[in-house]
Amino acid sequence: MSTAYGLAAVSLVVAATVLVGTFGLRISRTTSDFYVASRTVSPLRNASAIGGEYLSAASFLGVAGLILAYGADMLWLPVGWTGGYLVLLVLVSAPLRRSGAYTLPDFAEARLESMAVRRVTSVLVVLIGWLYLMPQLQSAGLVLRTAAGTPVWVGAVLVAVVVTINVLSGGMRSITLVQAFQYWLKLTALAVPVLFLLIAWRYDAAPGLGGDTPPAFAERTTVTMSADVTVRVDRPVPVVVHGTMDGASHAGPVTLTAGEHAFARDSTVTFPAGAAVPHVSELPVMTDREWGLPLAGREYPLYATYSLILATFLGTMGLPHVLVRFYTNPDGRAARRTTVLVLTLLGAFYLLPGLYGALGRIYTPELLMTGRTDAVVLTLPGRLVGGTLGELLSALVTAGAVAAFLSTTSGLTVSVAGVIGQDILHGGVRSFRVATLLALFVPLGLALAARALAVADVVGLAFAVAASTFCPLLVLGIWWRRLTVAGALAGLVAGGGLAGTAVVWTIVAGPPGGAAGALLAQPAAWTVPIAFAVMTGVSLATRSVPAGVARTMVRLHAPETLDVNRGTWRPKGG
Amino acid sequence: MLVTSPRMRAARRPRRPVTREIDEQTGLGEAYMRSLVRAQLRLGLGVCAALAVVVGGLPLLFAVAPELRGLRVAGLPLPWLLLAGLIYPVFVAGGWWYVRQAERNERDFADLVDRDA
Repeated sequence: MSTAYGLAAVSLVVAATVLVGTFGLRISRTTSDFYVASRTVSPLRNASAIGGEYLSAASFLGVAGLILAYGADMLWLPVGWTGGYLVLLVLVSAPLRRSGAYTLPDFAEARLESMAVRRVTSVLVVLIGWLYLMPQLQSAGLVLRTAAGTPVWVGAVLVAVVVTINVLSGGMRSITLVQAFQYWLKLTALAVPVLFLLIAWRYDAAPGLGGDTPPAFAERTTVTMSADVTVRVDRPVPVVVHGTMDGASHAGPVTLTAGEHAFARDSTVTFPAGAAVPHVSELPVMTDREWGLPLAGREYPLYATYSLILATFLGTMGLPHVLVRFYTNPDGRAARRTTVLVLTLLGAFYLLPGLYGALGRIYTPELLMTGRTDAVVLTLPGRLVGGTLGELLSALVTAGAVAAFLSTTSGLTVSVAGVIGQDILHGGVRSFRVATLLALFVPLGLALAARALAVADVVGLAFAVAASTFCPLLVLGIWWRRLTVAGALAGLVAGGGLAGTAVVWTIVAGPPGGAAGALLAQPAAWTVPIAFAVMTGVSLATRSVPAGVARTMVRLHAPETLDVNRGTWRPKGG
Repeated sequence: MLVTSPRMRAARRPRRPVTREIDEQTGLGEAYMRSLVRAQLRLGLGVCAALAVVVGGLPLLFAVAPELRGLRVAGLPLPWLLLAGLIYPVFVAGGWWYVRQAERNERDFADLVDRDA
């Protein structure tokens, strides 16, 4: 993509975001405006806003990248991210809205009448938020690098700064309209280019993906390394290398021997037509046929699939930035209807990444060598369409990607900063400012320090932690009167501790090989049942249920049309 | 909150509306609340069970009958057709059905409670 179009797209979205943020300051100054606005927001707008905030860089870029790299098994990710809303709908949505809780700590306090549970919940919200923010910032670096050729840290820092300005000016806080617009921008930015891509693919005689060979370069191709990578070569191949390979500098023809080779950043390698694509060492080499089949190409595929299903279906309800949006529904009934609309909108969006993944496998296989499979959505339009139209389509997907990490990052930052400011610092405006910096700059530090992981993988880990902590808390809290403070605390600590350990291990050291590696990389299948068991078991053993549980049950479940006493609890933020 | 007919009827007649039983947390009021919660929980868990069969069944199906993984339907591989397409309308239909049932449970409950005990 030419730098001019890419930069224009990025600047346009960033400028629009900042402008709307500052303009929003005037029209929405206090939290109570948010409450008032909530009464007039229609389910469709509300659902679009949830979609806009929810569809992060992981959905916009990451899913297609993982599908390109790992194939059919990764189709479960978007299925789970959508299906999670079905579980949320039937178990959580209406009672949660009726609870009047504004955040997860609010819900914990309202239901269990305990400040201890509130504090543990707050800490978990912050940790899950950071885990979710880190890959958003990393993909910001990737997008800016692809669009404008800047070093990776520039994009991450830029987004952190823009979001800080925005959140501190109060803009993004309450503007449902902006988030709603973001959904439709993201949908357009994926759907319009894919139409052109499919036309170009038909025009190209519609090549399929059924072959029994791994991907190969269709024509003579020059690959530029965007980072230091180690690649595996299966068969010797004559190439032209400019840059550093295996520690020695080259500027001319070489034969790549079979085995591993390390390339330094910015090296270029030119392959002849028909050469197999060497894969970066972390990615499995699969034939195109294996790639198209589920349960192929990874170790323990059945366990990994089930664990991913459990994490995504149960983790959605525990994401901090999702919950706050439910408050803008006028009542529990509207919350349900909104959730069904969210299902529809997400379903429509997630029809698209699979197409990008499959087309990427055909037309941009060099991403398997650079390891930047997350860039497939950004790379395809320029590769397949070309010309000014290709540039414009590239600019459109770039704008969509920027919208994706700006909206999710803003939403998460507000949620995390709110919890840090209120529950960990002293509350008030000054705390909120400090909290915003903490909410953003800790994950920024992590994003710059941590090794580059696939964005959807890290987001998947955040889902696993949410499923192991907030899912049992919400489900048991809403439906089971005998949940006790001790039970909730024990369950949160057990689930959060185990899933958290697995996450840190996976991110810092990389999962070990074998069965232990599968268990750590996809922890939900064992941490979720343990969290439920501990929460239930300790509750049954302690038996001291909160005094107001009967009234809380009325509050959570009685339809709003009934005139009954629902208690006097109000969220702190109100 | 709507304050409509039940109170007025209660004023006319000496009998107590169920909402007051609920407010005072009498045994009767509790029994009514428990019945609502149970009905909604049964409905929710029913949907979750159906979801578990569909979503949990697919990987199992692909594992025990590997030839299904390569099957082509209308030119598309079956797993892709299901996971990248058809499963989403199924989710929406399930959600829509749930909303109707849950609202019916609530209407039934409101009718029951608005009558005098």
